[in-house]
Amino acid sequence: MEHLLEIIYLIASLTFIIGLKRLGNPQTARRGNSIAAIGMGIAIAGTLLIYKPGHSGPVDPMIYVLILIAITIGTITGWITAKKVKMTAMPELVSMFNGMGGACAALIGLIEFPHNSGDPQSVAFIVAGMVIGSVSFSGSMIAWAKLNGTMNKAIRLPRYNILNTAIMAAIIFAAIYLVVAKVQDPVFLYILFGAAILYGILFVIPIGGADMPVVISLLNSFTGLAAAFGGFLYGNMVMLTGGILVGSAGTILTLAMCKAMNRPLKNVIFGAFGETAEGGSEITGSIKEMSVTDAAVLMNYSRSVVIVPGYGLAVAQAQHVIHELEQLLESKGVQVKYAVHPVAGRMPGHMNVLLAESNVDYDKLVEMDDINPEFKNTDVVLVVGANDVVNPAAHNDPSSPIFGMPILDVELAKHVIVNKRSMKPGYAGIENELFFHDNTSMLFGDAKAALTKLVSELKGL
Amino acid sequence: MEKIIALFEDPGVLQMIYIIVLMIFVGVEVIGHVPAVLHTPLMSGANAIHGVVIIGAILVMLNTGMENVPALVLGFLAVVLGTLNVVGGFVVTDRMLEMFKKKK
Repeated sequence: MEHLLEIIYLIASLTFIIGLKRLGNPQTARRGNSIAAIGMGIAIAGTLLIYKPGHSGPVDPMIYVLILIAITIGTITGWITAKKVKMTAMPELVSMFNGMGGACAALIGLIEFPHNSGDPQSVAFIVAGMVIGSVSFSGSMIAWAKLNGTMNKAIRLPRYNILNTAIMAAIIFAAIYLVVAKVQDPVFLYILFGAAILYGILFVIPIGGADMPVVISLLNSFTGLAAAFGGFLYGNMVMLTGGILVGSAGTILTLAMCKAMNRPLKNVIFGAFGETAEGGSEITGSIKEMSVTDAAVLMNYSRSVVIVPGYGLAVAQAQHVIHELEQLLESKGVQVKYAVHPVAGRMPGHMNVLLAESNVDYDKLVEMDDINPEFKNTDVVLVVGANDVVNPAAHNDPSSPIFGMPILDVELAKHVIVNKRSMKPGYAGIENELFFHDNTSMLFGDAKAALTKLVSELKGL
Repeated sequence: MEKIIALFEDPGVLQMIYIIVLMIFVGVEVIGHVPAVLHTPLMSGANAIHGVVIIGAILVMLNTGMENVPALVLGFLAVVLGTLNVVGGFVVTDRMLEMFKKKK
């Protein structure tokens, strides 16, 4: 029977690989997710039905009852939370679920330590899984709090880089000591657990909101690693393969996101960015404000309009209105496209998910590299709640902190209309010279309110 | 040094190292060519997959006797959290992807 369980684990591992592969293509993504979920289901069911513990005697039936109760609680809570969450709140939910996985790995370590404390190899896996899981847990909770606005300031302790590095070094040193010296007293493990939790907090706290997706992706691969250490501990293949797979895929994903933002991972973790306005030249000039009516007229009589959605659109829940605007313009013979920057919103792909929610045609969403050559032939670009991703300083101001980041070249269009709530700088905390260009007009106001007015004006034309 | 080489004498260890190395490459290959639009669902899907850590939590429970109440309490909590990761992760990913279906 034990072999049957191994076969089940093999099948589950395959579903993870196939599932992840299919997630990489819009046509097959949903099926891929279901395949991986089914694999997970049979791995869990197989463990419950087939696994026999090494110690003598059967498992107390009460244990099974407890496990089933726990699974039921988790399933109902997880299901309801995931179904009810607003599209804008999705990134922080992913972060929270990631934290739960990390906490699960940490708890396993805490429980397993006392009866493995003689065996250095097991203790090494236990300590590694626990430390990584704890960091992932507390880090994800901070990321969650930052994304949902509970904690919207980057807090920097003095010399936080040195402090964090020192704590990390201390944790690694203590972990090695725990293994090598064969420490039996679980109190040492609890101290290590506390230190890892603290490190997770201090690791994420100084990082600005703009870099949060990268951090979540990184912590995601951490949790994968923690799960893999659980696999080592139990010699459990499905935990090992699943964990390593997520660990490596998560790392690549993290690097891909960094690349899209043109920010080396090192700068994300150690650099101060996202809150301070260091660097960047002073911009002089004046801005032009535009009325809704003027904007409506301009768009009505243009041939092509490109909409650049940003996080402001998500916050204002304006994804449905923007779709209405797009359909209205199309009905008037205006060609409309969406230019989606890879890191628009708070997570890569966030805007796509959001616009898809309001039934925007997938083919209308154009990626940065494909739309950039088209801007010079575009009549009107409507920027809704985006800022840093359209800041020309990335091209022409070497002193700017975002210099070198790939951006949408909206300034090449004939007219640029920027809808923003105020002149407040974006996440990078820097001024945007685009707003001062001659062909740029500002349309101030909440995205939803402004776009609703724009739609009604257009209907009247 | 001998100690490290001695580790490899155990075929189980060697087998695990094979699996790790191959899995790392699989992970890299699988993610390598994904369009940016799918980064969020992909991260979310990967997030659900590392919920496999719940298997560990179940093993802990199955290996714990009824008399060890503290371990059972922590194990129970671990199973709840692991399930949250798995179920929440897959459902949220599905919700994201639901929106990618083609409309004609």
